[in-house]
Amino acid sequence: MGPVPSQLPLLAQAAAPNPADLMAARTQMAISLGWHIIIACFGVGFPLLAVFAEWRGFRTGDKVWGTLARRWARAMGVLFAVGAVSGTILSFELGILWPGLMGTYGEVIGLPFAIEGIWFFTEAIFLGIYLYAWDRLPPKVHMLAAVPIVIAGVAGAFSVVAANAWMNQPRGFDLVNGEVTNVDPWAAMFNPATWPQATHMILAAYLVTGFGVASVYAVALLRGRRDRYHRLGFLVPFVFAAALTPVQIGVGDWAAHFVADNQPVKLAAMEGVFETERGAPLHLGGIEIDGELRYAVEIPFGLSLLAHWDPNAEIMGLNEVPPDQHPPVNVVHLSFQTMVAMGTALLGLGAWFAFAWWRRRDLPRSPWFLRFAALSGVAAVVALEAGWVTTEVGRQPWIVYGYLRTADAVSAAPGLRLGLYALLVVYTILTAATIYVLRLMARAPLPVAPQETEPVEPRTLS
Amino acid sequence: MTLAEVVLAVTWVGVTFYALLGGADFGAGFWDLFAGGARRGWAQRELIEHSIGPVWEANHVWLIFTLVVLWTGFPPVFAAVMSTMIIPLTLAAFGVIMRGAAFAFRKVVDALWLKQVFGASFAASSVLTPFFLGTVTGGVATGRVPPGNARGDLITSWLNPTSLLGGTLAVGVCAYLAAVFLVRDAEREGHDRLVEQFRARALGTGAALGIIALGGIFVLRADAPRLFEGLTGRALPLVVASAVFGLVSLVLLVRRRFVAVRVTAALAVTAIVWGWAAGQYPYMLEPDLTIEQAAAGRATLTAMLVSLAIGALLLVPSMTWLFVIFQREQDPHARSVNGERGVR
Repeated sequence: MGPVPSQLPLLAQAAAPNPADLMAARTQMAISLGWHIIIACFGVGFPLLAVFAEWRGFRTGDKVWGTLARRWARAMGVLFAVGAVSGTILSFELGILWPGLMGTYGEVIGLPFAIEGIWFFTEAIFLGIYLYAWDRLPPKVHMLAAVPIVIAGVAGAFSVVAANAWMNQPRGFDLVNGEVTNVDPWAAMFNPATWPQATHMILAAYLVTGFGVASVYAVALLRGRRDRYHRLGFLVPFVFAAALTPVQIGVGDWAAHFVADNQPVKLAAMEGVFETERGAPLHLGGIEIDGELRYAVEIPFGLSLLAHWDPNAEIMGLNEVPPDQHPPVNVVHLSFQTMVAMGTALLGLGAWFAFAWWRRRDLPRSPWFLRFAALSGVAAVVALEAGWVTTEVGRQPWIVYGYLRTADAVSAAPGLRLGLYALLVVYTILTAATIYVLRLMARAPLPVAPQETEPVEPRTLS
Repeated sequence: MTLAEVVLAVTWVGVTFYALLGGADFGAGFWDLFAGGARRGWAQRELIEHSIGPVWEANHVWLIFTLVVLWTGFPPVFAAVMSTMIIPLTLAAFGVIMRGAAFAFRKVVDALWLKQVFGASFAASSVLTPFFLGTVTGGVATGRVPPGNARGDLITSWLNPTSLLGGTLAVGVCAYLAAVFLVRDAEREGHDRLVEQFRARALGTGAALGIIALGGIFVLRADAPRLFEGLTGRALPLVVASAVFGLVSLVLLVRRRFVAVRVTAALAVTAIVWGWAAGQYPYMLEPDLTIEQAAAGRATLTAMLVSLAIGALLLVPSMTWLFVIFQREQDPHARSVNGERGVR
């Protein structure tokens, strides 16, 4: 930063905010982020599914694949539009709600956002081409137009998560007398938390998309629509997501180790560890009452083993930091456990499917399989949200871990609550409209889209 | 030119493209609002939908681009403007959401009443969003945003004569650009009645903008003497250029040169956007914060410029391809994924 006039107030030194306004700002950010992240997942994952179906249709000449590709592309178009605008409000909110963060650290974490802007452009441009020039381009060129969308989705997610990871592992600057200096934006972007967090999120996007789309077709299969279109519509996204689930659990383990080594306070909150101990047990469930975790099922040595591959490893407890630096344990602990539970359930569902397929090349016979599969999309979304709650609430009271408190970053404007109320109204309407339209699209009778000359032929897969 | 000025220029390229392309998309929503009942407005709405459908998302990204470059390159300016302007920017953000979502929804629903509900939401937010963004520019240009965390007046920073002028001009510019762009799309479609309609609208809004701008001179002189001084001093050539291009555009519209007028109309708007920047140079937030004071360090500015330059190598050809595909004369049987014909 250049020489700033001395009368310029330091942003971080604003008067202590009204706690209700701080909570309102955090809630508003949480709702808009939590909303956007679901849609954004489909932006990352859906293009891959659509172009895969299109490619199969191109190779086999099978009209069912073409129908799937077009329907998926149509849904993807709607979701991308909603994602583009629900993401925009986040960039507004970074300034509206958190000027203390952006004014001071904008130059440190701006770079990954700028790079994300490039990827977002790429997605929007090629999505326009992919959706609207379907029949204007030769099929091969059209499929190639999807490649930049797929790449940009992953690369854009990486960039944005890099910025978030920096809040957990702030690097690439020095703080000298409250002034940010010696900024190295690349070191900030490629901070150590970026790799585990971004990998975990990109896989999460694929899981949400895969299980989410599969859920829709599982409902149709349950209702007896067992033709080839619905079976393929279920199988492709389900197999895709189920195959990635074990990978995601491995990556989640990597991310957890990272937290254990680098953010021990967050780990202590995630696991409900109040006193530093060796040979720490793993807690399943449980709830914090008066500074201790009660009603949890304990697995002896489990936490030390999982976190450090050593049954006697020392796990830092919350007692090591002053109480005003404790994250709220119940929220963090329960959301982390929820995420792990959902991931494990999805792993089990995938294993069930794999076993049945290995034995008889067909879906499991039990209707319970499809019932659970119909819920798998919800489970994936719950895991996604729970994971974000874990990492974001687990960092509190810091917005930049160890450097800037959330309370010091929030806007000094009065009445932030009003903004939250307005947002609640807008997002209630938006959510209702989105669900309504997506249901309409899912229920729409199978095309006979104008471009399809013959109706889809119901056939069984095997 | 210093490094900070280069980054500011890049930011302003973003502002310009958002004003031109995003603005035209907002303006299309403006005409959608005034297209009349479902039956009477059908053809206009079809043209609007097909014109902006493939491109509006890419055009929208210019807004994100501008914000991101601003907060990376000039963090204190971003923090100050966003926090002081919380009210109009919250409303603009809601407008962006309602508009984009409603536009996408309208396209995929069939029931007339749903099309009308989403269409009304799309059209109304297309007018309100540029208005609120315009009030913000008015507040910034008149030095009503001091540096710091929400240090400006939360109301009068955007409810003042210059802001109202800015909001009105923003809506007018959007409507004007949209009419100018749509007239050529209608012509290529061979839709004579729409050509006449949008030509009349382009002429009407163009003339109205000229009158508002003339009236604005007096508003600025009374409300924003510093900006007025800048516009009539350093920025005068750009202001004059804008007026000249505006007049030439009117002549071209009268003479039905619908391709050429796209260029001159865009130049008229570009000149005024850069005129604003020239008018308040070297200040970003008058009278406290200059470009150099607000700028991030060299390492950040360089890293961002290098990244954006590499990105431009990918994006410029891609964007050109996008516009070429949809501006080309086309096979009338070609259809999009939605089974519709694209136009632009």
